[in-house]
Amino acid sequence: MAHIKELIPARPAPAVLHRPLTTSRVIGIGLIGIWVLLAIALLSMMITGWDEAKFLRYGPRYLHGLWTTITLVSISVVFGAILSLPLAFARMSKNRFISGFAYGYVYFFRGTPLLAQLFLIYYGLGGFRPQLEAVGLWWFFREAWYCGLFSFILNTAAYQAEILRGAIESVPRGQHEGAASLGLSKAITFRKVVLPQALIVALRPYGNEIILLIKGSAVVAIITVYDLMGETRYAFSRTFDYQTYLWAAIFYLAMVEALRHLWAYLEARLTRHLKR
Amino acid sequence: MTGPPDKGEVLMDGLFSALGSALAWIVNIIDPLCGPVGIFTWFGNSTLLACGDTGWGDEIASGLQITVAVALCTLPVGLLIGFIVALGQQSEDRLLRLASGIYTTIFRGMPELLTLFIIYYGAQIAIQSLLSSFGYDERIEINAFVAGMIALSVVFSAYCSEVLLSAFRAIPKGQYEAGDALGLRRGRTMILVILPQLIRIALPGLANLWMILLKDTSYVSIIGLADILRQTGVAVRVTKDAFLFYSLACALYLALAIVSSIGIGAIERWTGKQGTR
Repeated sequence: MAHIKELIPARPAPAVLHRPLTTSRVIGIGLIGIWVLLAIALLSMMITGWDEAKFLRYGPRYLHGLWTTITLVSISVVFGAILSLPLAFARMSKNRFISGFAYGYVYFFRGTPLLAQLFLIYYGLGGFRPQLEAVGLWWFFREAWYCGLFSFILNTAAYQAEILRGAIESVPRGQHEGAASLGLSKAITFRKVVLPQALIVALRPYGNEIILLIKGSAVVAIITVYDLMGETRYAFSRTFDYQTYLWAAIFYLAMVEALRHLWAYLEARLTRHLKR
Repeated sequence: MTGPPDKGEVLMDGLFSALGSALAWIVNIIDPLCGPVGIFTWFGNSTLLACGDTGWGDEIASGLQITVAVALCTLPVGLLIGFIVALGQQSEDRLLRLASGIYTTIFRGMPELLTLFIIYYGAQIAIQSLLSSFGYDERIEINAFVAGMIALSVVFSAYCSEVLLSAFRAIPKGQYEAGDALGLRRGRTMILVILPQLIRIALPGLANLWMILLKDTSYVSIIGLADILRQTGVAVRVTKDAFLFYSLACALYLALAIVSSIGIGAIERWTGKQGTR
């Protein structure tokens, strides 16, 4: 029986492979270099341009603006969600007029810029002052804050109605039929069978919609609401310091990134039963 | 630089002005508001919306032209940058992926309005400080059209790269290998094999981005470019008829959206036909 008497001596370790300097690598290093340079330039600008008085003066205002933005967005999202429910059902309705109305509403608010809607509500409805005073709604449409809120609610309701409709329609028919064969009523079927499945589909679009709303909320600064953007414009108009915009950018980016990561976590957590 | 302009310069100037007036003539003919077959020309006479000196029709018509021009100029630039960024994002090099990731994260996370301000004022300050380092001290203002176009293309490209990236991922690896097997170079494979499929896959997403771009053009009114919203705003300040003019602005944006969705439908049918055998 043949067997090995001698072991093969150990081989030397393979030579360390040098990664070749390809074009894409050179470009990559160059681009990262540009980003790093830009970051250093901005940082040095912030450090050399640091002004204690300005910070003490405008810092609290920025935080107040941030709070205004967050309040504005959260109230709009909640009320928009409430308003979007009947809209989504109207859109799915078999009645031509009801679904036509909902389609028109959604088309209008998704087809025109938020800025134009804001002007239409703030300045346009302001022209109907006597009528509004007669019905006692003038206190509402007089304030830029309420008008901004109102137009955001209407706008996000249109987008959320489309998200909800798409999600509800994505639930297969068999689910309705299965629930019906179990003898569940229409309302219970919707609440316990359709909605949970629809909301998982709608989760990601809802996150995108909130991010869009955070970014869109900057336009209320134009109608003199002091949100984060409004405070930034105020600080810039007083100091002519470019840093004011950079601080706003940091705040907005932090908000959006935090929300994005929170949403990724939520989605991973809520869909863990769907993964194989 | 005072001497008489040489012959070539005069010729070029003449050519450009001829081209410009030809373009203006064509735009005037097809102008849907104040052209020969325009809505305001026919129905707006002796109202606030009349064309000419008595009404606001022609101002709003020029605003519409500016809005369309900004959107149309932004589209190719945004698509090109978006394509390059998408290529970077799916590159095998880690640093290149990181660099393009930073780009999309920043410009998708910032409000469009803030991006516009940062580019508008930032470019102004940068050029100013550059010039003052050469000893040239004068206040300069950069063109609002160019600044708006750059800002919108940057935002558009950040979103576009995501759309193109997912379209790239939908193209199977075999297509690249088939290109290699046919002896095509990398660039030829990209243009002849990948790009036609990429466009068809990415078209719905790009159409969506075009709709968003049309709406985002309204932000350029804030840095003083005379687009639809700016011109209607001027009209409102003079006539105090805010509801009419802002409704008109909304109607114009809606009309643009409807026209684009018809155009996009036609393009989709055309590309769909190419795919069927």
